[in-house]
Amino acid sequence: MSEPATEVGYSKSEIMIAASARLLGGARNCFVGVGLPNIVCNLAQRTVAPDLQLIYESGVYGARPERLPLSIGDPTLATGSTSIVSMYELFAYYLQRGHVDVAFLGGAQIDRFGNLNTTVIGEYAHPTVRLPGSGGACEIAIHAKQVLVIMRQAQRSFVEQLHFRTSPGHSGDPAHDAARGWSGSGPTDVVTDLGTYVFDEETGEMTLVTVHPGVSLDDVRANMGWDVRVADELGETPAPSAAELALIRDELDPGGIYTK
Amino acid sequence: MQDAVRALVHDGDTVAIEGFTHLINFAAGHEIIRQRRRDLTLARMTPDVIYDQMIGAGVARKLIFSWMGNPGVGNLHAVRRRIEKADPAPLEIEEYSHFGMVSRYMAGAANLPFFPIRSYYESDIPVVNPKIVPMRSPYEDATEVYVVPALQPDVAIVSAQRADDSGDTQIWGLLGCQKEVAFAAKRVIVVVEEVVEESVIRRDPNRTVIPGAIVDAVVEEPFGCHPSFAQGYYDRDNRFYLEWDRIAKEQATLDAWLDEWVYGTANHSEYVEKFGDAYWDALRPEPAMSGEVDYGRYA
Repeated sequence: MSEPATEVGYSKSEIMIAASARLLGGARNCFVGVGLPNIVCNLAQRTVAPDLQLIYESGVYGARPERLPLSIGDPTLATGSTSIVSMYELFAYYLQRGHVDVAFLGGAQIDRFGNLNTTVIGEYAHPTVRLPGSGGACEIAIHAKQVLVIMRQAQRSFVEQLHFRTSPGHSGDPAHDAARGWSGSGPTDVVTDLGTYVFDEETGEMTLVTVHPGVSLDDVRANMGWDVRVADELGETPAPSAAELALIRDELDPGGIYTK
Repeated sequence: MQDAVRALVHDGDTVAIEGFTHLINFAAGHEIIRQRRRDLTLARMTPDVIYDQMIGAGVARKLIFSWMGNPGVGNLHAVRRRIEKADPAPLEIEEYSHFGMVSRYMAGAANLPFFPIRSYYESDIPVVNPKIVPMRSPYEDATEVYVVPALQPDVAIVSAQRADDSGDTQIWGLLGCQKEVAFAAKRVIVVVEEVVEESVIRRDPNRTVIPGAIVDAVVEEPFGCHPSFAQGYYDRDNRFYLEWDRIAKEQATLDAWLDEWVYGTANHSEYVEKFGDAYWDALRPEPAMSGEVDYGRYA
């Protein structure tokens, strides 16, 4: 069986955006980050999740940005939003109280259980590279009911051993995870430029479920710091549709800042 | 501004210039650089370009923070040079998460010794910062929380859209931690786009976030947040944030920028004039007025 090849080309970022947006089907309260996650959420709002409320850690609930925000504190997020709250309220009432359904995280390093490092490369006291730090990531990882990770894949970022655990993922011991009593259930999906992953329910381990069109299992393994677990039935990520690409290119990122 | 900084910011102080992307007071940071303050401990949730400028200028020995970077652009080169290479001097750091920093100000503002939050579980942050301490609830649930210590800075510098001349201050748009840091601090400088009549404040009391009673100095400084923004007054100058990435990459270009734009200007008005009117016109948004509410008159 063969499907007609798509006439429309697309970039790695565009397939990452489309694949991530489809994961938001039916979601309501979504904690958004700047860059790709912002485009993902705005695409989902126009396609699979019309009731999506965009929450930004800067204190905005229900943003309706009229332009592509260039930071999580862009003034376009404030004008026309449902509510603007203090940062304490945002983290305490909205996030810690368990009202965030889904959130996006990324980082410089991720391990096979979805733990994330955004703090340092090298030793903490004498880092080779000092990264931004937690921001809200540590508490988002704990409280968002579902965490989606969007990251480009490489040996140096998908690592056997993190240099620093900023934000907790799964522990590798499902009994321990179940007893944590957190409002969040940790990372559920990872979308990279090569494929998509879920976390195995029994082991909490990242498991490859689809590769993007044109990507081989060898490509995935060559960009992975551990021997990756692969689903019994490995699928192919559906290519972005013409409608999704039109929304991304014409409305969400017309300058191609994040999607080229 | 010169008088406020001279009187209220001293060498060795803990200084917090807050504002979450919005209402970050660059004008006061520049004045602190001009007056060559030294050995400051700088606190701020998101050290961004203003702290890169101040730390690059050598005013600080320590940084307390939860996220450092040039938002939407990349790194803080001057801060990274000091942390990674002690170049030209080491920089002590004390790091939290956003919720941790917010909660430190909350405790400071409420005069509590510490504040409990459900965060930091299974994270390495408490491993490298022993001030973040696990604690059990004393009630039946015995939930484990982490506590963070109160932060009461010597000085808070807070930007806002408007205040009256006694310091009653109104903010709209992103609120950041302006209220919390002002109540937490020992001394408070409020810097506004406009000083307005008291009657303007009294027409809309729900918008007042800081009362004049806790404010030590009110400074009117139009465009005082540039390249940050003041909602409704001017946009974030993204071009400058991008430009800073190039300027700060080398200490020499950073020093040259400081010489021209900070040491080379007597005050913020000169800095504003140097850009020229057309520059500011391009940053001004179209109006989007709020609706009005009826408070009612109960005479």
